[in-house]
Amino acid sequence: MTDAVTADGLVKHYKEVKAVDGVSLRVPEGSVLGVLGPNGAGKTTTVRMLTTLIRPDAGSATVAGADVLRDPQEVRRRIGVSGQYAAVDEHLTGRENLEMVARLYHLPRGEAKARARELLAQFRLEDAANRPTKTYSGGMRRRLDLAGALVARPPVIFLDEPTTGLDPRSRGDMWEVINDLVGHGTSVLLTTQYLEEADRLADNIVVIDHGQIIAEGTADQLKAQVGGERLEITVADPALLDQAGDILAGVGDGAVETDRHSRRLIVPVSGGTQSLLAAVRRFDEASITVQDIGIRRPTLDDAFLSLTGHRAEQSEQSDEADVDNDNDNDEQLELAR
Amino acid sequence: MTTEQLTTGQIARPSAIGSFVSDGLTVAKRNLIKIRRVPDLLIFTTLQPIMFVLLFGYVFGSLAGSGASVQAGYREFMMAGIFTQTIIFGATITGYMMAEDMQKGVIDRFRTLPMHPSSVLFGRTLTDVLNNVIVLIVMSLTGLIIGWRLHGGALHALWAYVLMLLFAYALSWLFAFVGLRVRSPEVVNNASFMVIFPVTFIANTFVPSQNMPSVLKTIAGWNPVSTITQSARENFGNLYALKGNPQPTHAQVDKQTAYTWALQHPDLYTLIWTVVLLAVFVPLATSAYKKAVAK
Repeated sequence: MTDAVTADGLVKHYKEVKAVDGVSLRVPEGSVLGVLGPNGAGKTTTVRMLTTLIRPDAGSATVAGADVLRDPQEVRRRIGVSGQYAAVDEHLTGRENLEMVARLYHLPRGEAKARARELLAQFRLEDAANRPTKTYSGGMRRRLDLAGALVARPPVIFLDEPTTGLDPRSRGDMWEVINDLVGHGTSVLLTTQYLEEADRLADNIVVIDHGQIIAEGTADQLKAQVGGERLEITVADPALLDQAGDILAGVGDGAVETDRHSRRLIVPVSGGTQSLLAAVRRFDEASITVQDIGIRRPTLDDAFLSLTGHRAEQSEQSDEADVDNDNDNDEQLELAR
Repeated sequence: MTTEQLTTGQIARPSAIGSFVSDGLTVAKRNLIKIRRVPDLLIFTTLQPIMFVLLFGYVFGSLAGSGASVQAGYREFMMAGIFTQTIIFGATITGYMMAEDMQKGVIDRFRTLPMHPSSVLFGRTLTDVLNNVIVLIVMSLTGLIIGWRLHGGALHALWAYVLMLLFAYALSWLFAFVGLRVRSPEVVNNASFMVIFPVTFIANTFVPSQNMPSVLKTIAGWNPVSTITQSARENFGNLYALKGNPQPTHAQVDKQTAYTWALQHPDLYTLIWTVVLLAVFVPLATSAYKKAVAK
């Protein structure tokens, strides 16, 4: 299988800030690569280098077989880009926007009109086709922007935070559209700060933080890195925490993690439901009241936390301060889940 | 020369010229749709010159003397000056619009498309020429209403308009460059106002520059704003309108009014400026465009 996108050692520094510091990645043809990271991690800068918007200080990359540095114009012919800003002209109608983009991909006039019509139908924008896009909702604008990226049926699509700032329903709509794309053999590189999104859409994931890739693999592989299932309990009486810890040590097969503040205990287990039942029996015998008990499978969120030391959606303020042009908008508080 | 320009140049694109023109026209079409949907800017850019014509014509006109014919003469005299000032302000729209497109991410989208790198700028500057044409027509009509007349024949008048538009076009590229380098459209507006006001006033636009203090007189004598105005006055036959006797065609210009080589050869001098501006700012703006990314 050939690679739709390859990047080797991409570097982009802004003065003192290493926005991207040696990123290498591959997108096998027909697959989706999720680039996952917090605000300011270097996701957008990476995409901007791959889509010929900015020149890397070092490194090399190819997109759909064309060299990004030596033949940017050829790259542009073979890619579609949809950014977090939804770069549609707000004074043009949806149809005019798409026809313009089609003409700029050098489709003949008739074909441009036909393609615009087709995409408006596909993205359920027909009713709004002749309205200026400033009357569109956020979700409609994103759909139109994505439609613009697909005008020339490019083999490779870049989606920079395609659902940032969207409400859950519009987000679900976008996921459907993207899934559909992939079903038709398009290769996709998408950036996201939402773990759920990467989990849902991406075949492979690279986790990026401070301009460097800190982990890569499938969602399952990344989850496996944080270990297997864990048993989590919350006890009612804080005085019984130590006793409960002793019991859990007998049930689980690893060190017991104790959080006194929330009266919570966590231990790795291998027996699944059997371990859960055993724990319940022993607490009962010891007359320890359990407020909450359950088996937790690691989420991508856990993986991210253990890889970066911080949660994906709550990067520190200092991380964002003009590290690069990543995500100036104020969506970082919005949670995907 | 950056490596980007070199590497891009190595690839022969058979349709480079065709792509430049057709992409430029597509962008111009988009800009025109925008003017139609949001006519505020066009309305403002045409109302403002009407206001200037009336304001300057009647307020400054009263300085020229107390007789009605003297004041009518001033109004004829200052028309060329107002034309020049207005089309120069018109060129700043280019910068404002480029900065706005940058801010909104539209340039990012354009830059990921396989377009000719100069075509967005070409489309933008082309639109602004059309904008200036409309403004010139509106001003001319206003001028005619308040008594301004062409005494130099239609062809001469046409040449005067063409020269103004050419210079404004070249200036549009300068402002496109500025627009691509600043952070917001408002900066273009404020900065250009600061520069353009003195540049259009230290010239023969509204008063004969030969009576200015010596330093200002010299600046005015070599200011291209003066030479465009001078050329327009000659071609409109308004050069001696202040003296109440409009000359027929191309008058022998006296040394007192045309006290510099530039003022003696206003067409040539203006054309030299136009060519130099284009030679400098077409490549500069194009290179700025190639590096432009939304902040």
